[in-house]
Amino acid sequence: MNYQKIIMSVLILFIVTNCSETNGIFGKTGSGSDPFANISQSSLEYFSNEVGDTVLFKVNQSVIEPDYREVLNSQAKWIKENSIALVTIEGHADEQGTREYNLALGARRATAVRNYLVSKGVSESNLSVVTYGKERPLRICSEENCWSKNRRAITIIDGSSS
Amino acid sequence: MDINNKKKYNKRYSTPLKVYNWVVLLLVFFQFNFVFSQENVPELDIDVTDGVVEPIPVAFPNFITTDFSSSIIANEISRVVKNDLLNTALFRIVPDGSYISDVTSIDSPVRFADWRAINSDLLVVGDVTVVNETITIKFRLWDVVGQNEIFKGVQFKGPSNSIRRIAHKVSDLIYSGVTGEGKYFDTRIAFISERGPKNKRTKRLAIMDQDGANLIFLTDSKSIVLAPRFSPDSRKILYTSYETGKPRVYLMNLMNGNLRTFPELPGMTFAPRFSPDGKKIILSITDNGNTDIYTLNLENNLKKRLTKNVAIDTAPSFSPDGKFIVFESDRGGNQQIYVMPSKGGKAKRISFGKGRYGTPVWSPRGDMIAFTKMYKGNFHIGVMRKDGSQERLLTKAFIDEGPTWAPNGRILMFFRETSGVNGAPSLHTIEVTGRNLKKIELSSFASDPSWSSLLK
Repeated sequence: MNYQKIIMSVLILFIVTNCSETNGIFGKTGSGSDPFANISQSSLEYFSNEVGDTVLFKVNQSVIEPDYREVLNSQAKWIKENSIALVTIEGHADEQGTREYNLALGARRATAVRNYLVSKGVSESNLSVVTYGKERPLRICSEENCWSKNRRAITIIDGSSS
Repeated sequence: MDINNKKKYNKRYSTPLKVYNWVVLLLVFFQFNFVFSQENVPELDIDVTDGVVEPIPVAFPNFITTDFSSSIIANEISRVVKNDLLNTALFRIVPDGSYISDVTSIDSPVRFADWRAINSDLLVVGDVTVVNETITIKFRLWDVVGQNEIFKGVQFKGPSNSIRRIAHKVSDLIYSGVTGEGKYFDTRIAFISERGPKNKRTKRLAIMDQDGANLIFLTDSKSIVLAPRFSPDSRKILYTSYETGKPRVYLMNLMNGNLRTFPELPGMTFAPRFSPDGKKIILSITDNGNTDIYTLNLENNLKKRLTKNVAIDTAPSFSPDGKFIVFESDRGGNQQIYVMPSKGGKAKRISFGKGRYGTPVWSPRGDMIAFTKMYKGNFHIGVMRKDGSQERLLTKAFIDEGPTWAPNGRILMFFRETSGVNGAPSLHTIEVTGRNLKKIELSSFASDPSWSSLLK
């Protein structure tokens, strides 16, 4: 037993030492205070994290709330600046509805986002919409804090024109 | 920017759909021979519309056989029949250890006193022979109390791979003979078999017997598939698939595996059903964010728009005479049920209770409409008269959704989804009276059931 304990202690010491070294190495190459400083402003990562690819909706609603107009304004600007030719907008619903109604509701939400982007100068022919209804929840709990994240439209960049 | 760095899960939906095992389906459709004609006889005094029913005790001695291989098949048939009868909760089997009389021939006189002494009300006797891969069963059903035969002896013949279908046909005659209700055991269920976690669920189109046996997959798991609906002759299935990346309606012919894709219909299409004559389909088309109801004639491809407004109009279902449709719409502010002429015209709202109503389905008898109701955070399966009166809720759960009628209009199947991160759907049945809620045990999650008509 004692022998085993000693081996375990040595092993744990080794792992801990090793970890701290590893952290040190990555620490030197880290990006500092702004995690997006090294990310190109034309990258998909920048679009989804900085511009914001998601619009959330109230229960059974497809109206773009004022909070999300700024997100969509930025989306429109980014899509135009980067000459994006292929954009898919996915509409989703939470699980608290029937399958067919949620498909129709997801289509309403995706179309609301599309129409807003078009109103901000994005070419309609570059935008396509698809509804997933309640088929692809982002969060899987059965409470409002998950449902509110699932009632969403996501703007997905499929490709540029060049 | 990296053009190729598309979201991976978008790609997943675009793999071509495969048709599985349709050859197997060809083998299981066959004709039965009725050697004796059936005749109508007085029914026992039992009414399945009563709320509480004491199960009828049935004596069910082993079927008579002359050799070992026949006896194995005979036992399998009687096991399936007993299971069918027990599933109705209308019957119970009197344990065979108590039987006084021996049955050596289905033609020998029945010693009714012996069967009454062990409190049997009904007696099933049968004879099974297997010759050259052909099963022959003769059987008789006796009313022990009234001391008469409920129907004349019946004989079924079928190939040796049809044990379960033969058994279901026996069950149908017993159930129908005793209750006076229509048959429903020799039927199939089309449904969606589901696997995996809630946010990455895979879905496959599948069919199985009404009791969960003989499961056959019809699609692979690469594309999301939804809500299959049988044709009136049970030989075709309409369903929705994301094969192209968007929800689109497909028509699969189970007899030859052919797939029809409806390129003439624009945009996103879903919620399809057949007309009662099988010549048209009715469905929802989403155009520019607005969802309306259309019919498509399968013979001349003529499309007809039935609703035209900014509301969501979906989940249409024909009345059995084909003259009306019932559907759901949020034109009044939230989801409610409406009825309108199937040729077009004014829609009349029929649901007026509290809460939201969806997925209306007209009963094959024509008298009732089953629906999903959402009220105060619960889902219910319910029924109402076709004018919206006499609403009755049969179930209550986190999510109960998507009812489908057994062909006799007495039983509903639906799916029940549990809540939470491990929430998952399973199929259940319930009588239209609200009694006998039963889960169908399957090895995968299951949703979106569609009950076939009685098989031919």
